Amino acid sequence: MATGFGRMAPLLRPGDTSVPNVEKVNAELFTLTYGAIVRQLLTDFEEVDEVNKQLDLMGYHIGIRLIDDFLSKSNVTRCSEFKETAEVIAKVGFKMFLGVTATVANWDAEGTECSLTLDDNPLVDFVELPETCQGLHYCNVLCGVIRGALEMVNMRTEVRWVRDVLRGDDAYEMRLKLLKQVAEEYPYKDDE
Amino acid sequence: MIGRSKQYVNVVDKPLGKGKLEVSLNAFAFLFSEMVQYNQTRVDNIAELEHRLEDAGYGVGLRMLELLCHREKGNRREVRLLGILSFVHSTLWKSLFGKVADSLEKGTENEDEYMISEKELLVNRFISVPKDMGAFNCGAYVAGIVKGVLDGSGFPARVTAHFVPVEGQPRPRTTILIKFTEEVLQREARLS
Repeated sequence: MATGFGRMAPLLRPGDTSVPNVEKVNAELFTLTYGAIVRQLLTDFEEVDEVNKQLDLMGYHIGIRLIDDFLSKSNVTRCSEFKETAEVIAKVGFKMFLGVTATVANWDAEGTECSLTLDDNPLVDFVELPETCQGLHYCNVLCGVIRGALEMVNMRTEVRWVRDVLRGDDAYEMRLKLLKQVAEEYPYKDDE
Repeated sequence: MIGRSKQYVNVVDKPLGKGKLEVSLNAFAFLFSEMVQYNQTRVDNIAELEHRLEDAGYGVGLRMLELLCHREKGNRREVRLLGILSFVHSTLWKSLFGKVADSLEKGTENEDEYMISEKELLVNRFISVPKDMGAFNCGAYVAGIVKGVLDGSGFPARVTAHFVPVEGQPRPRTTILIKFTEEVLQREARLS
C-alpha cells in the first residue's frame, strides 16, 4: 500500500527531526480542561505555592508516560549532547503535542543550561490571573512534563519559569538546567 | 515586543480565535487522565468522583456557551427546548469533539428526559474502568459540560453519563442523560 510506504520511509533516516502526523483534538477543549484543573487545585489547596507544586507534579506524571509516546512516534534518534536534546524538545516535542514550537537560547558556558521561549502558548487562551493569584505559575505543568520525560531518558533536570506573559512579562520563557546525566543501569544480575 | 506574544491590557481585548487550532489528542488524553487521577485522591467513593468531574466540566460548559454564542450565533441564544438540545448535539459537540454527536433521542418512559449518545466518547477513548469501580464513567466530565451549557442558557437539568452496551460491539457506548427540571417543561408548554 502506498500510504504504508509513505509512513515507513522516514524511519530509515537517522536523526530526522520532522514532526510526525498525530491525531488531533480541538485546542479549546484542551485549554479549558487545563483551566478546569487549575481552578480545582486553587479551590482545593488555596495556597498558590502549593498549586504550583501540584501542577509541576501532574506534569511530571504526564512526562514519564509521554516520553514513550514521543519516542515511539517521532523519528528522533539518540541525542549526542544536551544541546541537541533541548532542540528536539523545542522543535519536535512541543510541536508534536501542543502544535507550537519553542526557541532555544541563552546557553551557559558549560552547555548545561538554556532557555526555552515559547512562540505561542495554547494553555493560556482566555486566561487572566486575578489579584489573588499573582504568584501562580499557571503553566507549571509544562516544567513537570519536561522534567519527567527527561528523567526517563537518564537526565536529571531542573525546569522553572522565568518569564510569563500572564504575570506581566513579555514572553513565555523557561529555564532548563541539566543537573546530572545518569548512567544507564541494568536492572538484572548475572545469576538471574 | 517580541514575536506573537503581544500583551493586551485585558483578556477581553484580545481577538477571539476561530476555534480551529488543534493540539495532539494524546496531550489531551494525558491531561485528562491526570485530572481523573488527581480527583481520585480527593474522594471516598465513585459518586463523589463523578460529582467532582462534573463540577470541573460545569465551568467549561459555561465558558463554551459564552464562546459559541458569541462566535457562532452572533450573540443569539436558544430559548426553546429543541433549539438548545440541537445546539448541544451539533454546535457544542462539533466544536469540542470535531463532529456532531451520534444521536439525540427523547426518552421513551419520561417526558422530561433526553439522551445524547456517542459510540466512543473522546474522553473515554483511552479509559478502561477497573472492575471494582463499578459503573463509573469519565463521561461525567462531559455531562458536566452539557449541564453548564444548559444551566447557563436557562434550562436547568440533571445530566449524567452512562455506559450502554451495544450488541456486537466490544465496548459500550456512552449516553449522556438529560433530565430537565419541571419549570423548563412548563415554560416550554406555555411557549408552544
